[in-house]
Amino acid sequence: MIPAPFRYLRADSAAHAVDLLGEHGDEAKLLAGGQSLLPVLKLRLADPAVLIDISRVPDLSYIRVDGDEVAIGAATRHRDVVESEELRREVPLLPHVAGYVGDRQIRHRGTLGGSLVHADPAADLPCAVLALGATFVVEGPSGQRRVDAGEFFQGYFQTAVGADEILVEVRVPRTGGAGWAYEKFVRRSNDWAIVAVAAVDGRVALANMGETPLRATATERALAGGASPAEAAASAAEGTSPIEDMHADRAYRAHLARVLTERALVTAAG
Amino acid sequence: MKIGTTVNGAARQDEIEDRLLLVHYLRDRCGLTATNVGCDTTSCGACTVLLDGESVKSCTVLAAQVDGREVTTVEGLSADGADPHPVQAAFRQEHGLQCGFCTPGMVMASVSLLRDNPKPTEQEVREGLEGNFCRCTGYHNIVRAVLAAADGVSS
Repeated sequence: MIPAPFRYLRADSAAHAVDLLGEHGDEAKLLAGGQSLLPVLKLRLADPAVLIDISRVPDLSYIRVDGDEVAIGAATRHRDVVESEELRREVPLLPHVAGYVGDRQIRHRGTLGGSLVHADPAADLPCAVLALGATFVVEGPSGQRRVDAGEFFQGYFQTAVGADEILVEVRVPRTGGAGWAYEKFVRRSNDWAIVAVAAVDGRVALANMGETPLRATATERALAGGASPAEAAASAAEGTSPIEDMHADRAYRAHLARVLTERALVTAAG
Repeated sequence: MKIGTTVNGAARQDEIEDRLLLVHYLRDRCGLTATNVGCDTTSCGACTVLLDGESVKSCTVLAAQVDGREVTTVEGLSADGADPHPVQAAFRQEHGLQCGFCTPGMVMASVSLLRDNPKPTEQEVREGLEGNFCRCTGYHNIVRAVLAAADGVSS
């Protein structure tokens, strides 16, 4: 499969990428690791006239502790997230979940920011950063702005990042020794989740239970009120609207959400 | 556009179409046809090569993205083919192939895995090769071959 023709441009800074986006408008797409975008182009589900490669921008790839958060450059590769000593110490959920993304080859290319702006509701990392309560730093023609995780994912493959903007940084709160867990149900090892649950520090997020990753708010309220994992998990599917597909119907996904949430809460409670 | 690469140790300059995929660059422009196109959807791993020493699926990388970088295919593992790389020798010794279609990708994924983890457990080998499919289902001998290469049994 061959993508439709496009012009390949290379940005040397985030500001340069924003300039190029301004110049080429809706015709352009940002390219980082390409592990989600190139398959889409090869299937011709999209045919942008211009690709702007940001994978070599040096100031988009870093992991550093900054106050009570860890700041991660949007073009940081999954491999570097998995292996980061700072993240393993300060936010252990994130490198653990990054290890579920694709396979080694994909993690050598794919980036944290790329996975998040792709915003597949069945993907691992959107669910994890929602549970973590991350903040997204987005840069556009009029400068930078911050978006909370709860506002970032807006729909099926849609985020708060505008067509003239670029995600430059993800800021995750340091959770340190707080209990955490990730429970993912798949039929094959490197598939997207049929349902997955991330739990950390009393917050719970669900993958593939709706058009975006979702917080299990009823479960979180029950936990805050002192409920046991089993009691809290009973309401994990409340307010969700999962798809039905060849893997699972709605009732089965709701069942998985409850079972996986209970497992995650038991593990997180240590 | 113009790109400069180092492929199997040799520097090259090529004028390419912007949309050219790395696997087609290697096969059609460099004449290195050992790297196979399998699923063409980043699943099967038959097209695995090393980019600056790390395994990647060359059906899902643009040739434009390897400008200025180093690519190694299975042809580049041993200088003349007469003296196989330890991983290649281990695949032969342990009969780690049946039809052979997945083999170049399996070998390159294994070379990358052993670089990062020179003494993997069997479980680590199986997980480390999760991105490579063998449609003959000959996984047991492939895993044995990687473990043998790690032990230096075949060298």
